[in-house]
Amino acid sequence: MSKIAEAFQNKKAFIPFITCGDPSLEVTEQLVYAMAEAGADLIELGIPFSDPTAEGPVIEEADLRSLKAGTTTDKIFDMVKRIREKVTLPMVFMTYANVIFSYGSERFLSQTAALGMDGVILPDIPYEEKGEFQEICRKYDLDLISLIAPTSKDRIRMIAKEAEGFVYCVSSLGVTGVRSEITTDIGAMVKLVKEVKDIPCAVGFGISTPEQAAKMASLSDGAIVGSAIVKLCARYGEDCVPYVKEYVKSMKDAVRSVQI
Amino acid sequence: MENGRFGVHGGQYIPETLMNAVIELETAYNHYKNDPEFNKELTHLLNEYAGRPSRLYYASHMTEDLGGARIYLKREDLNHTGSHKINNVIGQILLAKRMGKTRVIAETGAGQHGVATATVAALMGMECEIFMGKEDTERQALNVYRMRLLGAKVNAVTSGTATLKDAVNATFREWTNRIDDTHYVLGSVMGPHPFPMIVRDFQSVISKEIKEQILEAEGKLPDAVLACVGGGSNAMGAFYNFIDDKNVRLIGCEAAGRGVNTAETAATIATGRLGIFHGMKSYFCQDEYGQIAPVYSISAGLDYPGIGPEHAYLHDTGRAEYVPVTDDEAVEAFEYLSRIEGIIPAIESAHAISYAMKLAPQMSKDQIIVVNVSGRGDKDCAAIARYRGENIYE
Repeated sequence: MSKIAEAFQNKKAFIPFITCGDPSLEVTEQLVYAMAEAGADLIELGIPFSDPTAEGPVIEEADLRSLKAGTTTDKIFDMVKRIREKVTLPMVFMTYANVIFSYGSERFLSQTAALGMDGVILPDIPYEEKGEFQEICRKYDLDLISLIAPTSKDRIRMIAKEAEGFVYCVSSLGVTGVRSEITTDIGAMVKLVKEVKDIPCAVGFGISTPEQAAKMASLSDGAIVGSAIVKLCARYGEDCVPYVKEYVKSMKDAVRSVQI
Repeated sequence: MENGRFGVHGGQYIPETLMNAVIELETAYNHYKNDPEFNKELTHLLNEYAGRPSRLYYASHMTEDLGGARIYLKREDLNHTGSHKINNVIGQILLAKRMGKTRVIAETGAGQHGVATATVAALMGMECEIFMGKEDTERQALNVYRMRLLGAKVNAVTSGTATLKDAVNATFREWTNRIDDTHYVLGSVMGPHPFPMIVRDFQSVISKEIKEQILEAEGKLPDAVLACVGGGSNAMGAFYNFIDDKNVRLIGCEAAGRGVNTAETAATIATGRLGIFHGMKSYFCQDEYGQIAPVYSISAGLDYPGIGPEHAYLHDTGRAEYVPVTDDEAVEAFEYLSRIEGIIPAIESAHAISYAMKLAPQMSKDQIIVVNVSGRGDKDCAAIARYRGENIYE
């Protein structure tokens, strides 16, 4: 079993996302420690991209702030090296194909694995294009996380069959960002996945309140939250760590309350 | 052609949410492109509404002045809405209607594609929303008014560099948000498959006509075909039917902005490298970490950090050549063609005119150059006047 799958063992998982380098890589490092202490089961580290087309304004602005502050892939690798001395939780990079491809896919993924990262999420790599990345991921024992969306329909079986680590269920149409209501039949999407493969499913996009997190976790194996956390980073800047820690704890408590 | 590859270029690098939409589009296109009714309606609209075929005009003054090759101008500027963009828009909106869509969205740089989309949407009774970088809405204020007049909603995009690339980002995001009733009328030979193929096919009417017209006028094929290249739709249209005619040089003219040795350039082939962006693998202006570069050109329509995948392939194989043309050179050509032939070209097209001015004198008098005048320059007059230090406002 991959380390990512272990995050879902006998529990519902809470998965926070942060944009590396917003407001600084020093704060990002502290955020990881705080989120681990607050009960995060798996952490998504976003490597900023200049044009994150799957993101809403909150994460896009965080990406642009981070790049403007001088964040680079190499500096993020150095930070992860420091984090891995203290934190053993499963962690994945979330970024865009060009960040990996331009660095040299083999060079990027071999270093990612050597740092002790467990996988990558690439929102602009659908099933049809995953081959060139998956081959290298397998070589280095990294999970390339597959996404399914409300529009996937008959594609879900095909995607689930080859999915690794967990399946990222996109809750709604559109880009990342806080939503007041999620109307997609998540239960049906998860059921389709499970018919094909026994793999954890976590729901992301639009989740911000403990109630939403609990509901999504009850329909799946976990909840992913990005924009709501990144908003706290934007609002409190250098002082965001305690606020994020408190928030992650409240979300984890909500997810924990759900019966397995 | 698997997943729409041109050599290593092309593909479908898009969020899963959009995959069924592009698959549905490909299926519909493959069905209708051979449908006699569809083609009849397309040809009718191209001829009666857009004003095709566009003229191939022998530029005698320019030819005489430059003293070399005979120069012909393909007058896409005379199409309804003033550019080649309408060829593709009529095709795509006809297709969207057949697919049961009631709403179209589109990005625009200079505003030519936005105006064409708003126009055909008005004609066909489709709801229409255009996304345009905020900086471009200011550079091309008249086109914004035109689109509104035609009943479209224009959204000024403020994110990133607030130019064409960000308008494309915003339109993709909007499509992800609302797919069921909405078709994205992509304006260039870029984006995920099947867009580069569909846009090329609808634009290839340009080279089909050039071929017929030049054979009639000269009894032989041209020695070179020139067109400006941003994403590359007018160039792909002008090149396509000549690809197998190996003796016809195909020359794409990129926007070098203030020069390819400066950061203020949009010349992708000259300064970019292989990457993955906006749904495709191709060449992009980017930094060492793959962050897309904030490109610059005086021309809002060429101010784009990438190039269509088929152009990237034509470059790789050496079938087409790509040359950089600076702002200064383009502005000179804009003024030159206006004076010498009484034709005001779009500042985009002026990039191709500029290279023709360099190339023609090096060629012999029995050789032929065809330059695609992709659009008319009325929209650019105020900006060029300002470039020359005259404060004219529309």
